[in-house]
Amino acid sequence: MAKITLDNLAHSYLPNPASEDDYALKELNHDWDDGAAYALLGSSGCGKSTLLNIISGLLHPSQGRILFDGQDVTHAPTAERNIAQVFQFPVVYDTMTVRDNLAFPLRNRGRDEAYVAERVQEIARMIGMEDMLSRKARGLTADSKQKISLGRGMVRKDVNALLFDEPLTVIDPHMKWELRTQLKKLHHDFGHTMIYVTHDQTEALTFADKVVVMYDGRVVQIGTPEELFERPEHTFVGYFIGSPGMNVFPARVEGDTAYIDGSEVKLAGGYAAIDGKVEIGVRPEFARLSQTDGLPVRVHRVEDIGRHKIIRAEVLGHDINILADEDEHVSADMNRVTFDASHVNVYANDWRVAPTGEAA
Amino acid sequence: MEKTVNQKAWFLVLPVLLLVAFSAVIPLMTVVNYSVQDTFGNNQFFWAGLEWFSEMLDSDRMWDALGRQLMFSCIILAIEVPLGIFVALNMPKSGVWSSLCLVLMSLPLLIPWNVVGTIWQIFGRVDIGLLGYTLDALGIDYNYTQDTLAAWITIVVMDVWHWTSLVALLAFAGLKSIPDAYYQAAKIDQASRWKVFRYIELPKMTGVLMIAILLRFMDSFMIYTEPFVVTGGGPGNATTLLSIDLVKMALGQFDLGPAAAFSLMYFLVILLISWVFYTVMTTLDKREG
Repeated sequence: MAKITLDNLAHSYLPNPASEDDYALKELNHDWDDGAAYALLGSSGCGKSTLLNIISGLLHPSQGRILFDGQDVTHAPTAERNIAQVFQFPVVYDTMTVRDNLAFPLRNRGRDEAYVAERVQEIARMIGMEDMLSRKARGLTADSKQKISLGRGMVRKDVNALLFDEPLTVIDPHMKWELRTQLKKLHHDFGHTMIYVTHDQTEALTFADKVVVMYDGRVVQIGTPEELFERPEHTFVGYFIGSPGMNVFPARVEGDTAYIDGSEVKLAGGYAAIDGKVEIGVRPEFARLSQTDGLPVRVHRVEDIGRHKIIRAEVLGHDINILADEDEHVSADMNRVTFDASHVNVYANDWRVAPTGEAA
Repeated sequence: MEKTVNQKAWFLVLPVLLLVAFSAVIPLMTVVNYSVQDTFGNNQFFWAGLEWFSEMLDSDRMWDALGRQLMFSCIILAIEVPLGIFVALNMPKSGVWSSLCLVLMSLPLLIPWNVVGTIWQIFGRVDIGLLGYTLDALGIDYNYTQDTLAAWITIVVMDVWHWTSLVALLAFAGLKSIPDAYYQAAKIDQASRWKVFRYIELPKMTGVLMIAILLRFMDSFMIYTEPFVVTGGGPGNATTLLSIDLVKMALGQFDLGPAAAFSLMYFLVILLISWVFYTVMTTLDKREG
């Protein structure tokens, strides 16, 4: 186990990056706490796999350092870092038995057979594959293969971190849930540092203690699932997390009031003058249809998705999604919308602005 | 649902029947016809039964040719398969150099067989050929028209030159289909280069390698043109492979009966070996599935 420190880290796939746009991963400083479970969340091409490959040593960063427990491993090869990685597509050695697969990393490191056998048995129990040890790995289901990859990572006792690169992509939906639960349990029982890359917010939010949201090569927010939901630091976080995502409207902010095309929206706190592109963001959960108060709204359609209703509508020429409870009454004469003032966030150039008085 | 009965449908298979009849069945039956009869010319034939078959089976000539043939096929497989894999492993995986390699490697495959034969026939000549002359000048006793070993080395090297590309290209295709994650996982597991080959690359290449071996075995087993152009089967009978011997017998000596019996047995051997390969390959496939 180790604490992983990223110091001034950045990476570009170009040999001579000129501008910031050339970087697939923009400058980043971060500590990954020992024994915590992190999720790296972002859409495809946002740099999350780049970051993961830098940590695992498959890629050398163009600048900055990476430290394991304070020791610089920036240029250390993958094998020396003692990390384990589970890939998107299950990697197993087809011609070997499950037992030999699990033993492979230990045998390559020249451990004696008695120790190997004992460890393999232990790991097989952890991943629930004791009765399959003598089978050939070829022909197993995708989820079993993923478990073997995971087991191959954990079989080494000195493993510094377990990295997961969208490991559930090829798994059947009903097995996804089971594997995720098992992974969480393993983390709980053995306390490995885990970094889990995904573009699926449900996966990220259920798996991780802390979610790292990436956008366009940059880490835009690191926080607990609750923080990401309540106070998205960037409009991308608001839009990406939540289903549907946060509503964002261009606005003008004066003190504790925002104006969307001249119509007033109450804010929870006061704001100093803001430069740049000003927007306010409201999650669909905190918007409410009303007969009397709020902004004029035109409802396009109502989608009933079981526990909720999603109301697709238009307010002052902007699209808006509103979430209503299953048993909440929606009628044709509800042509106004109100926002919960304490959950209206203000953004300048896509980054959240804290109201005066809030601790940053 | 009730089936419609329409006998006219037979006409639809008629073209295929005719095509197969004229391209395969009738020629084959002609051979069968020759194999059970004897002739003294003038288109007069006498029933000979299985005499030609037993004569061929008793003759050293066919067994010697079969022995040479098997030795030739085994030698070229033993060289071309490992060499092809080695070349494929060392080819650039992508970019301009990769494309260039692929084109250069395909070139020998595009040359007609008798041209390949002619190239090596001249190349190896001691008086004007670059290879023959150079070896001779270096004091190495090399003369493929007189020395059995030299003749064998020449036709083997020629076949290796001509066909290793095929194995290499197939092996390369197999290698290209391996996702990067496998190599990355192997790095993380600290697998040695040999283990990467043994447990990742070789298993992923098994399918294409089986095809390569089958193709090369069948092709080399039926080889005629190249060695015929270079050595003509000589010196003596040293490089007289099955098909060369067959042609000598049928067209050189005009022994139609024995030659027909010979070619039927030749055909059956090829059919048998193909069947064995096919069975092995399909069981391998099933095991993978």
